[in-house]
Amino acid sequence: MKYPIIAAGVLVAGMAHAQSEQPTLTVYTYESFVSDWGPGPVIEENFEAICACDLRLVGVGDGAELLGRLRLEGPRTDADVVLGLDTNLIARAEGTGLFAPHGIEAPEFDMPVDWDNPTFLPYDWGYFAFVYDSDVVFDPPESFGELIDSDLSVVIQDPRSSTPGLGLLMWVKAAYGDDAPEIWEGLAPRVLTVTQGWSEAYGLFTEGEADMALSYTTSPAYHLIAEDDPSYAAAVFEEGHYMQVEVAGRIAASDQPELAQEFLRFMLTDGFQGVIPTTNWMYPAVTPEGGLPEGFETLADPDTALLFSAQEAAELRDAALDEWLNALSR
Amino acid sequence: MAQRPLALRRGAAPAVLAGLAVAGLLALLNFGSLGAVAWRAETPGALGPADWAAVRFTLLQATLSALFSVGLAIPVARALARRSFVGRGWLITLLGAPFILPTIVAVLGLLAVFGRNGLFSAALALVGLEPVQIYGLHGVVIAHVFFNLPLATRLILQGWLAIPAERFRLAAALGMGPREVMGQLELPMLREVVPGAALVIFLVCLTSFAVALTLGGGPAATTVELAIYQAFRFDFDLSRAALLALVQFALCAGALVLAWMVAAPSALGGGLDRPVERWDTHARVLKLQDTALIALAALFLLTPLAMIVANGAPRLVALPAPVWEAAVRSLGVALGSTALCIGFALALALAAVRLEAAGRAGAAGLVEASGVAALAASPLVVGTGLFIIVFPVIDPARLALPVTALVNAAMALPFALRAVLPALRQSEAQFARLAESLGVRGVARLRLVTLPRLRRPLGFAAGLAAALSMGDLGVIMLFADQDAATLPMQLYRLMGAYRMADAAGAALLLLALSLGLFWAFDRGGRIGAAT
Repeated sequence: MKYPIIAAGVLVAGMAHAQSEQPTLTVYTYESFVSDWGPGPVIEENFEAICACDLRLVGVGDGAELLGRLRLEGPRTDADVVLGLDTNLIARAEGTGLFAPHGIEAPEFDMPVDWDNPTFLPYDWGYFAFVYDSDVVFDPPESFGELIDSDLSVVIQDPRSSTPGLGLLMWVKAAYGDDAPEIWEGLAPRVLTVTQGWSEAYGLFTEGEADMALSYTTSPAYHLIAEDDPSYAAAVFEEGHYMQVEVAGRIAASDQPELAQEFLRFMLTDGFQGVIPTTNWMYPAVTPEGGLPEGFETLADPDTALLFSAQEAAELRDAALDEWLNALSR
Repeated sequence: MAQRPLALRRGAAPAVLAGLAVAGLLALLNFGSLGAVAWRAETPGALGPADWAAVRFTLLQATLSALFSVGLAIPVARALARRSFVGRGWLITLLGAPFILPTIVAVLGLLAVFGRNGLFSAALALVGLEPVQIYGLHGVVIAHVFFNLPLATRLILQGWLAIPAERFRLAAALGMGPREVMGQLELPMLREVVPGAALVIFLVCLTSFAVALTLGGGPAATTVELAIYQAFRFDFDLSRAALLALVQFALCAGALVLAWMVAAPSALGGGLDRPVERWDTHARVLKLQDTALIALAALFLLTPLAMIVANGAPRLVALPAPVWEAAVRSLGVALGSTALCIGFALALALAAVRLEAAGRAGAAGLVEASGVAALAASPLVVGTGLFIIVFPVIDPARLALPVTALVNAAMALPFALRAVLPALRQSEAQFARLAESLGVRGVARLRLVTLPRLRRPLGFAAGLAAALSMGDLGVIMLFADQDAATLPMQLYRLMGAYRMADAAGAALLLLALSLGLFWAFDRGGRIGAAT
């Protein structure tokens, strides 16, 4: 049985050699980025049109699994650039020592928070929010307190296995600090169930199994723009909304450092940023020249943006998880 | 006794060697990958109270799931064994469907029936009752029964069909009623078959993760596999992941030993493969009872499938091209995986039977166990371990599809062994001496005597292996490249891109292809057979 594997390996290796006149830039990112319906294919086309190179996008699970994969590979990694970590992962990513300073003069970011990290550059961002169907929920809650007092059912993601799940943990912690355990105890009866990832939770929600799902304020834009369905909305909470900022950085051991920097520069131009809103369904870090697509102006715009620094997020993480487990395991 | 070592030396050696080679490869796959993960760990790990809570919950839900699945499967299999009706073959094939679906698809189908807005709740509302609350331990067990009842039914049904027609004829001649037939023929068969069936279902449920979490309703339903996932993803604690994987193997070993102790080989002897005719089951009450059982089981298992079909049908034809390309890729992986699985199963089963015949029961047991261990292996640990081994040598993305086929073959192997081994034992018991005396040995014996008698279990095993591989989303996620997506991966990608309707269409395509493969192999194995 070993022969097919060896044969396949030899065959593919041969093919790879045949096309290696151009330099290859390998970018590790998360699964949904490289999918045929994600930003990957268009961005690959746009960058290859200007770089005289072969851009190879490798999709690995989600942000956290991406970091795990990088740690498994260590300095021998094939990656030149890693794209798709968020602020909850930055501290651990820096701790690996695998990343080099981006060394790029960044443009002005269109984000509600300042950014001055020397290693990682943001490429998009969004607010976590509970999304509902306005044909089903007529009186959406306007705070965690109102959600606790309502009879609505919500489906959330497990922070141990999901990025948004961890985001909600940070949201409650940022809004309520030491009172977070009481909020979780109040929320527990409202939580219909906890899923492994975002897809399962959102699937349960769109099937009508739950009234609300933890997602992003930008989620309704998909239904409005791609499905022409204006009935979905995100509940705006008066405590403010925790942000997810997605970032990219370059690998120190890369054999293509210039190309990697060229990619990071390209990442903040319209050829990349213009693709983000209607493929990744997030806000671009630098608003493209033509502005945001039509429909984005209808989205909920929270007054307060909440975000821990990378250091704070790393320090709070384990304790916040214990509080969550204690409240929801009963 | 003096003749036995002789029998091993004569003609049997190549079969034993092939089996041992496969057993070695599997051990490498299961334990070598675990070792690689442990070796790569940066700090020694330890299990905390939360991990032990996960172990307790895992044991509880897997035991309950196995007991309920098998307990319900016995009457259903019995009813199917003694009734024949139009569409019986189709029903048996369709009943296999839940087992081979990707979990998310099956869970959504199940919730379309038992969820808050499901059919069942709607029916309850018609008579003024509250909707059912499915989330909790009972939800986990219901889901696992949904997944595994068909498998248990099939495995037990094989046992029923293996009772030679002559025994029923004799029972009828002796004037035995249903009760005596149960005591004299069916109970000894069940004693042999049921522990094995319960064991594989226990092991399937042991590594459950997404189903247990989603239907368990929260982190109280944390299984060992989820704890492993957390150790990897949240804590990047490889040694804890490896320790947890070891715990999972220990649970598997415990279950294996228990099943061995309970199981007793039946002494029903051989027959002439005549179609079974039953004289003890004509009473009207029995007919009604069997009909009701079959109808209930079909309703429980087929309604969620019908919901998947209904949800997916509108988008099936208009599915985007990448989904179809992925479907072709998945078919290739499934067929490769099936060939590997059948090869492995035959090699292991032949070696085990020959070793048994040579009086080496312990070695035979180990060979058999090596084929079952893959079920207790954490897909995440196997995938990561293989990645660690492969990465320094070759770009893992290049091996994505072959490795997936290999791991899928190992995953399906326990079921294949469960189906093939008893049939092979029986065949050997009946014909080994005759074949020896006629000098029919080696490949000729395999072709003329053994394989024809294994057609039905081999067809079933191949069908299961193909369908399981078609729907699997395990290691491919750790290896895959942008351009090597399989159908289950595309399904998840569609969901991740908000395209729930297209995902439903892809789910239906997956269901149709898996069932089609299963049907083709399973039928192929049953050509000319009465059932």
